[in-house]
Amino acid sequence: MRPEHPPEFPLAVHDLTVAYHRKPVLWDVDLNIPDGSLAGIVGPNGAGKSTLLKACLDLIPATSGEALIYGKPYAEQRDLIAYVPQRESVDWDFPVSAQDVVAMGTYRKLGWFKRIGTTQKKQALAALEQVGIGHLANRQISQLSGGQQQRVFLARALVQDAQIYFMDEPFAAVDAATEQAIIELLQSLNARGKTVLCVHHDLATVSRYFDHLVLLNMRVVASGPTPETFTRENLQKTYGGKLNLLDDVAQALKNVGRP
Amino acid sequence: MNWTANDLHIILVGTLCALACALPGTFLLLRRMSMMGDAISHAVLPGLAIAFLISGSRASWWMFFGAAIAGVLTALFTQWITRFGKVERGAAMGIVFTTLFAIGLILIKQSADHVDLDPACVLYGALEYTPLDLVTLFETAEHLIQVPRAALVIAATLLFNILIIALFFKEFTLASFDPSLAKTQGFRPMLMHYLLMTMVAVTTVASFEAVGSIIVIAMLIVPPATAFLLTRRLPILIATSLIVAVLSALLGHLSSQALPHLLGLPETTSSGMMATATGVLFLLAWVFGPEGLMRQNSGELKKPEHLIDLDEPKALEKH
Repeated sequence: MRPEHPPEFPLAVHDLTVAYHRKPVLWDVDLNIPDGSLAGIVGPNGAGKSTLLKACLDLIPATSGEALIYGKPYAEQRDLIAYVPQRESVDWDFPVSAQDVVAMGTYRKLGWFKRIGTTQKKQALAALEQVGIGHLANRQISQLSGGQQQRVFLARALVQDAQIYFMDEPFAAVDAATEQAIIELLQSLNARGKTVLCVHHDLATVSRYFDHLVLLNMRVVASGPTPETFTRENLQKTYGGKLNLLDDVAQALKNVGRP
Repeated sequence: MNWTANDLHIILVGTLCALACALPGTFLLLRRMSMMGDAISHAVLPGLAIAFLISGSRASWWMFFGAAIAGVLTALFTQWITRFGKVERGAAMGIVFTTLFAIGLILIKQSADHVDLDPACVLYGALEYTPLDLVTLFETAEHLIQVPRAALVIAATLLFNILIIALFFKEFTLASFDPSLAKTQGFRPMLMHYLLMTMVAVTTVASFEAVGSIIVIAMLIVPPATAFLLTRRLPILIATSLIVAVLSALLGHLSSQALPHLLGLPETTSSGMMATATGVLFLLAWVFGPEGLMRQNSGELKKPEHLIDLDEPKALEKH
């Protein structure tokens, strides 16, 4: 065991480098996410935020380095993690209902060959009710709005009953009501001791949503408790001198410290 | 037309083939890779030729394995070229199958031209000749049940396809809809991908000698695409695509016998008309289906289900 990544961390990333077609996307990322935190990963477009999540889940190969889940490789800890990919990553025209999609979260516990039964269907329905769209359970997924689709994905993560939740931009292009519902859900997971790791875009809400923050731009610029990490200096390092973004930063900084 | 046992045999072979193709075809459609069927059905040619060169015989088993391996290699090469060559998948598929098909043609022309391994037969099949090669299923004093040999081969393939899809229905659905969830849950989506490709290759090889690859491609793609216009429930989608497959085979053969007479032309090939029939069924579904042209142009607007009632302010609070 590496001394700098003790096993009490739900996610410890060690010297991770990832490249697409020999172009590095993540460079020597080293990271510890504390247990029970609601952590945000923030950085400009192309900073490698989604790539970081995917590499930790072995969805894309790492050039070097490793990610440890409570001190062990991911392959041994699959049951502990629920992953919510970006909404556009799947085909919403696929002929399944909202309940079918949520039930997919139970497949791992079912194992190969076994079909879902009443128990799994009930679990799926309960999760849909928890995210506020129980009445849409039988609807074909293309007939759901963007916010409702995101809630379906969230419900699917809930039935996985994990310890760590990896979320790739759950707030992207959803309505205000859905955003509110999602953050409340994440906070209630967090209150039950779960660790939530969220790729996030909106600097204005960072300090309200997350207690731990990772600023990423190919490498980790800063990582730590949000109040100490979310500073003008760190943001400037992360986003560089992009003017339009600095306006966002100024706006975001005004919100620092607000409840 | 004169209805004979030959017609029954042709319809039997056509129907079995259509069913066997529609099953893996549904999942190809859902994975948005329908043209993989086209690619694989062409790319099996070098597999056939090499199997013939090695074994020196046209024994079915050798040809079968050669072609099945070539089919799976097509999927594998396509995957590699997409991944390492920075080429879009459709283009990668085109590169692989045209190259393999051409190699197959050259091999046959160079070394196997003197035997009866006819590239044209691969494309158009010989459905009309299947009743010439009959196998006796059972025989009593008064009954003699015989079916074409091709029907047995394709029935075995159909059974294989039904078995695989019934066994892995959950896994195929998951891997098709969300491969990354499948992978994080430990369900090996690439394994499912190659299993599907093997099904397509085996089905293609089993069918092509009897019905030709044109109809195989049609039956892999068109019945599922037709069903997709009619329903968005997966079990119903599969059932519908099987019904469309059967109807195409039946209507195809009937019209190949009857239609040309009405126009004063000689009879045409059954497999060609089966492929045409499935196209016509697609057209009907497209025009008259629930989301078809007729409905779209009818000018009627359906009232939204959750329309806020302005007269009753309380309706707002429910949401």
